[in-house]
Amino acid sequence: MLRYILRRLLQAVPVFLGTTFLIYFMVFAMPGNPIVALFGDKTPNPAQVAALEAQYNLDQPFFMQYLLYLKNVFTGDLGTTFSGRDVNTVLADTFPVTLKLVLMAVVLEFFFAVVIGLISGLREGKFFDNASVVLALIFNSLPVFVGMFLAQYFVGIKWGWAPVTVGRDTSWGAMFLPALVIALTIYVTGMRLMRGSVIESRSEDYVRTAYAKGLTSRRIIPVHIARNSLIPVVTNTAASFGALIAGTTITEGIFNIPGVGNTLYQAIIRGENSTVVSFVTVLTLLYVIVNILVDLLYAVLDPRIRYV
Amino acid sequence: MSKRSSEHYVAPVDENEQIEVDAVRLGDRRSNLWLDAWRDLRRRPLFYVALTIVAVVALAAAWPTLFTQVAPNNDCALSLSNAGPEAGHPLGYTRQGCDVYSRVVWGARTSLSVGMLVVLITAVIGIPMGAIAGFFGGKVDSILSRIGDIFFSIPYFLAAIVVMSVLADHRNVLTISFAIGGFAWASLARIVRAEVLRIKNLEYVTASTAVGRSRFSTLVGHVLPNSLTPVIVTLTIGLGAAIVAEAALSFLGIGLNTSVMSWGNDISQAQVTIKTAPMALFWPSLFLTITVLAFIMLGELIRDALDPKARARR
Repeated sequence: MLRYILRRLLQAVPVFLGTTFLIYFMVFAMPGNPIVALFGDKTPNPAQVAALEAQYNLDQPFFMQYLLYLKNVFTGDLGTTFSGRDVNTVLADTFPVTLKLVLMAVVLEFFFAVVIGLISGLREGKFFDNASVVLALIFNSLPVFVGMFLAQYFVGIKWGWAPVTVGRDTSWGAMFLPALVIALTIYVTGMRLMRGSVIESRSEDYVRTAYAKGLTSRRIIPVHIARNSLIPVVTNTAASFGALIAGTTITEGIFNIPGVGNTLYQAIIRGENSTVVSFVTVLTLLYVIVNILVDLLYAVLDPRIRYV
Repeated sequence: MSKRSSEHYVAPVDENEQIEVDAVRLGDRRSNLWLDAWRDLRRRPLFYVALTIVAVVALAAAWPTLFTQVAPNNDCALSLSNAGPEAGHPLGYTRQGCDVYSRVVWGARTSLSVGMLVVLITAVIGIPMGAIAGFFGGKVDSILSRIGDIFFSIPYFLAAIVVMSVLADHRNVLTISFAIGGFAWASLARIVRAEVLRIKNLEYVTASTAVGRSRFSTLVGHVLPNSLTPVIVTLTIGLGAAIVAEAALSFLGIGLNTSVMSWGNDISQAQVTIKTAPMALFWPSLFLTITVLAFIMLGELIRDALDPKARARR
């Protein structure tokens, strides 16, 4: 186990170096003056230009620039945002909100995947199954911002069941609607895994034996069928947790949720490119870290993985 | 020597039996993976639905004037801002007073161009990367797979955000396609690599090497064509995903220039008036969703049709 953890962490080193290099390269090896590009269509203010030049060490050769930038990232110095706030402070304020939203979305996703997948699998080929497969396909194709707008318009504006935007109030209730929409657009994969393995385990010998022993469906479905079908769904949910940590930019923007994604969204809208780069770096690193944790979780859950 | 070979047992040739076997075979329909898949697809109504939508979108992209006579940006008048539908303008007007229907029709070209370009870029980078890594193995595999891992570890939408933010002066169909496809190829490379790894030890590949074909020619001639099944599925679904990515980037204001007819741009501009004029937001969203749905549905149906296990279950 320890060897597996060490190997997985070692594998992450080139990924860390590579991703930061790629992001840095995309910005600073582009033709033209990168500082001007970081300002977008804004007029650079000399003090900010000087601060950026110092932050990115533009007097050094390209490779040295990258190494110094890397040193900053790994010592936790992520620079400042356009309005002059420390990126670390902004993260400390916003990350808990994003985490809350993502946790809620993932729990709902897991619930939908398990319940709908189980019923679908038990009634394979019947009306509920066909309807849920088609519905899942539609939800899956719905671009996330279209889903958000539909929810915002009908639930928020027309029926008035929920606040149109979240704003300052980041309670569980206020963020329920965006979390629900996220869950609806991603539960499909988990539902299919559940449905597939329910169908498979229904024809297993141990299920037939259980029926032959005289057990009722009320015991066989939860104990023999559902429990054995859960592992792939758990794994899939964990993976979507990682993807969501880095993927709530548009959701948080539309619902004005004060999380990490919204900070990025506002920076994009205002063309504050240096802030965009900082936060994309942060989100990418978070994504990599969460994925390592998820891999380690698999190893705990499934002993076979350790020997691969 | 001759004594020995005479001891070999040779089965008596029973010609009748052979003929019977052949007769049975001849009566059977020819069968291979693609033929079976095609037969399966032809029986599924959803396949025709998806195909029709794709065909209509493709027609609108190629000849938008078939569907609308109104030039998309010509008769915009602010006096018509968010006006309702009237004769000749069935879907009403945008905030700038342009005809919604005409912009939606012309937007198909943008979306489809981006989708196809992204698929092309993804395939051109992803297939060779995955195939070479899987087939040659060893050091080559380690290097190519690590490069792939790096690209795979940056969510491609975030990468595209950085590229498009920095390229403020060069936001067009080509750059946006490279921004999306330049990072989306990594997952395709993984799929191709896995498929090539599975195929490269099968008998017909060994046979090809045994008869003297070079390694590279074996890869191109035998291994690649047989590993294309998951590639086609992934690319069809990827086309839908690329259209969403373009719309999302345009929605964020870092996609295509606002003068370009794009569903993402229209959605972005109409979102401000979601309370007062929801229909201007609704129409481009609807066309975007239906198009994406058609491509994803097509991909999934092909995947199902190519999977004999899934076919048997139905």
